[in-house]
Amino acid sequence: MDDTAHGAPLTGDLAVPSETAPLLQVENLQTTFELSKTLSVCAVDGVSFEVHAGETLAIVGESGSGKSVTSLSIMGLLPKDVGRVTGGSITLQGRDITRLSDTEMRDIRGKDIGMIFQEPMTSLNPVHTVGQQIAEMVIRHQNLSNAKARARAIEMLDLVGIPEPTARVDAYPHEMSGGMRQRAMIAMALACEPRILIADEPTTALDVTIQAQMLELMQELQDKLGMAIIFITHDLGVVAEVADRVVVMYAAQVVETGPVEDIFANPRMPYTAGLMNSIPRLGSSINKTRLEAIPGTVPALTSLPAGCRFHPRCAFATDVCKAGNPVLEEASPGHMIRCTRWRELTLGERRAS
Amino acid sequence: MTASLLQVDNLKKYFPIHGGVLQRVVNNVKAVNDVSFDIKAGEVVGLVGESGSGKTTVGRTLLRLEQATSGHVRFGGVDVMGLNAVDMRSYRKRMQIIFQDPYASLNPREKVREVLTHPLRLHRIGTASEHEDRAASLLEKVGLSRDHLDRFPHEFSGGQRQRIGIARALAVEPEFIVADEPVSALDVSIQAQVINLLEDLKNDLDLTMLFIAHDLGVVEHICDRVIVMYLGRVMEIASAADLYARPNHPYTQALLSAVPIPEPGKRRKRTVLKGDIPSPINPPSGCVFRTRCPMATEDCAKVVPELKSVGDGHTSACIHTT
Repeated sequence: MDDTAHGAPLTGDLAVPSETAPLLQVENLQTTFELSKTLSVCAVDGVSFEVHAGETLAIVGESGSGKSVTSLSIMGLLPKDVGRVTGGSITLQGRDITRLSDTEMRDIRGKDIGMIFQEPMTSLNPVHTVGQQIAEMVIRHQNLSNAKARARAIEMLDLVGIPEPTARVDAYPHEMSGGMRQRAMIAMALACEPRILIADEPTTALDVTIQAQMLELMQELQDKLGMAIIFITHDLGVVAEVADRVVVMYAAQVVETGPVEDIFANPRMPYTAGLMNSIPRLGSSINKTRLEAIPGTVPALTSLPAGCRFHPRCAFATDVCKAGNPVLEEASPGHMIRCTRWRELTLGERRAS
Repeated sequence: MTASLLQVDNLKKYFPIHGGVLQRVVNNVKAVNDVSFDIKAGEVVGLVGESGSGKTTVGRTLLRLEQATSGHVRFGGVDVMGLNAVDMRSYRKRMQIIFQDPYASLNPREKVREVLTHPLRLHRIGTASEHEDRAASLLEKVGLSRDHLDRFPHEFSGGQRQRIGIARALAVEPEFIVADEPVSALDVSIQAQVINLLEDLKNDLDLTMLFIAHDLGVVEHICDRVIVMYLGRVMEIASAADLYARPNHPYTQALLSAVPIPEPGKRRKRTVLKGDIPSPINPPSGCVFRTRCPMATEDCAKVVPELKSVGDGHTSACIHTT
């Protein structure tokens, strides 16, 4: 496997005709957690994708699929002594960031890569005002004076649609509602105008009407600031709404990736197709059908099945699937599938209802 | 027309807030405010709303896990709000609940055998020797097996635990089940399994169900009728098909338009509501939704709109609807 920064990318170039090099290129990433002296698991196993300026890449998967660990690996926030990147490369604007020191990473986090997390209450510091927390970012990365940093904080709060930003800048996180906190966190993440925003389940803890506000805000800010977004979620509705390209993960691997229209209209990997069929859609009351559930559960990373990791739950599994480890193959431009039998399977095209 | 199995009239649940030196009641969280609806035998009724809408409190108050502040809940014609503890026990047997969090709702020190036989002992159903077989058959009913009887909850996955929670609710053969967000904590692929299981059980056992959820797709899939709540009050009640095709209340319309559709390129024109849900301590006067409503006028602040009929079995609480 060619691990160099500018080696042939596994995904992408054909999917998004882009004249520029990718902002972020993850190649064959492997992240290992040492659970004990004798037991370690590969939480991310050979994951590759790239992100271009201005696009939104969604990483979809269930719990334990490795989607959050992928983002933590990119940000260098893996739990110390337990998890580390054991293979592959993460190239940010031409520079491999997997081997950077903590100090060097701190210069990148917040400045080049912004982050928002699922639970705003646990990611904001409860003993500092939101203004202080945003100011801290710009003081650290842009050497602004305290007064200028405060002005910047107010400007950012205004940008994310928090009413009365001049008053709210002195509010503590607990004085804000869930939606407001999430806005404050977006303000903080974007204060230094990062090129990439990693959003890990940013709307999962929110109500739908607040989620709608948040998705709209993120799209608006992306149009305005031109950043790339890596959107990690398990909600296929949200994916369809925000993503340009999709990476589907299952048991630490990428199992399918492609342009969002392709993935939804024509999923080729049985797991992706299964996910699509297992969600109840609006409009189902007119024509009630049974949900097509995927049987079984996601395997534990400590006891992965041999062969294709999805085969014990797959309706199309044969002996071939138990034997070989399928690799990602390109089915159509930019559409990659990890399935031994993808050429022979027809999973039924989904037409818009 | 079947008779109502459950009839809820003007249900209120206020949680007092104590304050001051003497810890007097200074205010109330009006979690459920004047809620009325009925559920017919064999029906699955959905209760939807955002956080703080009072949907969970309604479910818990029906079963008297919370004591209602006022109002009536008639189950099979008997007002269960007035029953004493002994009489209530026989109704508890007929009304059960499935909780949201499969990790928090099972005692980690109890084996599945105890989890499932406990309700049988409590309600003095059958003999001790029958309990084992009964527990095993309950497990099989929810897609697990007899071998699981001697395991502890931590040995199961989230989906399996929820199945155990369902089996426990079914142990006493209830007629009515409150399912409080039973699939929200589960992964997508597991959600569908549990939804299918609930549907099968509902049909096999002739259950009546109040299905509390915030996922509108799931609710439409499983429910016959849907109640929409906002800030402790009912906004709209209609059959699932009617509600999703012709939402009448501005809140229901906004709520439905906010649901992301899993079809790329189908981004709808949506009504994005401004602001947050107000505090249930000081809800807005008149219509509680008016502070976020795109159609609000001055009149909305004056009176609390009543549910009025806007179609066959379709009621909506908005003064602007016709």
